[in-house]
Amino acid sequence: MALPKEELVEFIYKLVEAAQGKKQLKAKDLEKMVLKEHPDQPKNDVKYAIKDLIDSGRCVYTYFGGSFVEIPHVEGAAKH
Amino acid sequence: MHKTPLLDQLESGPFPSFVKDLKRLAPTKPAVNDLLGQLERSYKEKITHWKHGGIVGVLGYGSGIIGRYSDLPDEFPGLEHFHTMRINHPSAWFYTTQALRELFDIWDEHGSGLLNMHGATGDIIFLGTRTEELEPAFQKLTAKGWDIGGSGSAMRSPSCCCGPARCEWSCYDTLEACYQLTQEFQFDLHRPSYPYKYKLKFSGCPNDCVAAVARADMSMIGVWKDDIRIDQSAVEAYMGGELKPKGGGANVDKLDVQADVVDLCPTQCMWLEGKTLKINNRECNHCMHCINMMPQALRPGTDVGCTVLLGSHAPILEGAQMSWVIVPFMRMEEPFDELKELTSNITEWWAEHGKNRERVGELIMRLGMRAFLEAVGLPPVPQTVKTPRANPFFFWHKSDFEAEDAGRKYHTTK
Repeated sequence: MALPKEELVEFIYKLVEAAQGKKQLKAKDLEKMVLKEHPDQPKNDVKYAIKDLIDSGRCVYTYFGGSFVEIPHVEGAAKH
Repeated sequence: MHKTPLLDQLESGPFPSFVKDLKRLAPTKPAVNDLLGQLERSYKEKITHWKHGGIVGVLGYGSGIIGRYSDLPDEFPGLEHFHTMRINHPSAWFYTTQALRELFDIWDEHGSGLLNMHGATGDIIFLGTRTEELEPAFQKLTAKGWDIGGSGSAMRSPSCCCGPARCEWSCYDTLEACYQLTQEFQFDLHRPSYPYKYKLKFSGCPNDCVAAVARADMSMIGVWKDDIRIDQSAVEAYMGGELKPKGGGANVDKLDVQADVVDLCPTQCMWLEGKTLKINNRECNHCMHCINMMPQALRPGTDVGCTVLLGSHAPILEGAQMSWVIVPFMRMEEPFDELKELTSNITEWWAEHGKNRERVGELIMRLGMRAFLEAVGLPPVPQTVKTPRANPFFFWHKSDFEAEDAGRKYHTTK
């Protein structure tokens, strides 16, 4: 069953949180993971749920040879 | 000031040197002085001292900021952070001097003052700033109506040739198409959600002044379907030397129409009957050679649109690929809905099936043009065949075999 917006945002946040430090997830990976659990979830909902997470600062986009969605963390490259 | 004996040599050549520009800025911008020092050191050691990527950006966006740091921050403190900002350029890079001053004032205040007009994708590139300056610079840019461009695994800032603004050969309004597609894909431009980069470029005619066929994942190249327009009196004037070839840009004053135009036609679709130029337009492949040589005598037709090509990229391992025709002719009229829908269908299929860092052209090579055409709902047409006999991608279904058994002929006109 499709999740309401707030629950979807939390669901995605938990996916990102669980993967942190183990696997970097792209926006499309998150969409596929959501659709696996909730096949009737409209793809656009996932897109805007990720946007909510980014706009609120709970998640950030990172670039490490590709663009990923991650929990904000200390910039490794900025360290001396 | 850092000593730069190796860089100094670059100033001795006949061409303008970036070293001279950097030295001019260095006394007022410590980061630029350190940039000269670090570059000199890289020239000596033959290795880069840049670290690239990371998490820097502006709130809400995942594109447009490229994190860059020095691995020698103690030695070159001005380069501890030296991030790049990409600013989305206006269609065909038309600026007013006021607009340029706005941009440069913002960058002078919040960055190193160094910039690149323009990067390969077309963006204005602001080179070198600190993390804490990104958000204020972004706020000032957006307050003036600017926006940052694409980077990372996203739609990159689309770009186009000057089109009908300055060129009589343009087969559609490249500037409007570029603007409309930029607006349509704002979400994908600022929020990376693709397997890798996706570039759109618009050329108004087959001269392809923005080199879309080689540099864009998806190229829209202007083309005409009807006959080349001929002014026979101007053809005669070229023969008589009254008109200069290439609008005066050739290295000869008088054109030999037979040798320089007719004999060089790649499909041999033209000939002279006395002083009259004849063209078999069915055989013309729109190479533009004749039109370029005699611009006052020949012009593209009036039934115009674009050819859509897909797939060029320059991977290190397999070598550069040119784009491939996927739609031989598409009418290009506002609001460009057909093109927007096709672009969405393609990026959707690619995002679904592409691996990390796999360009759309590479995915087509991996899964096949047949899978691609079926997925995006495009019909296979002869123009899509890049190499005869190598990729006919006829879609054989069970029903085809049954129809063949029942006596179906293949030379239908449907």
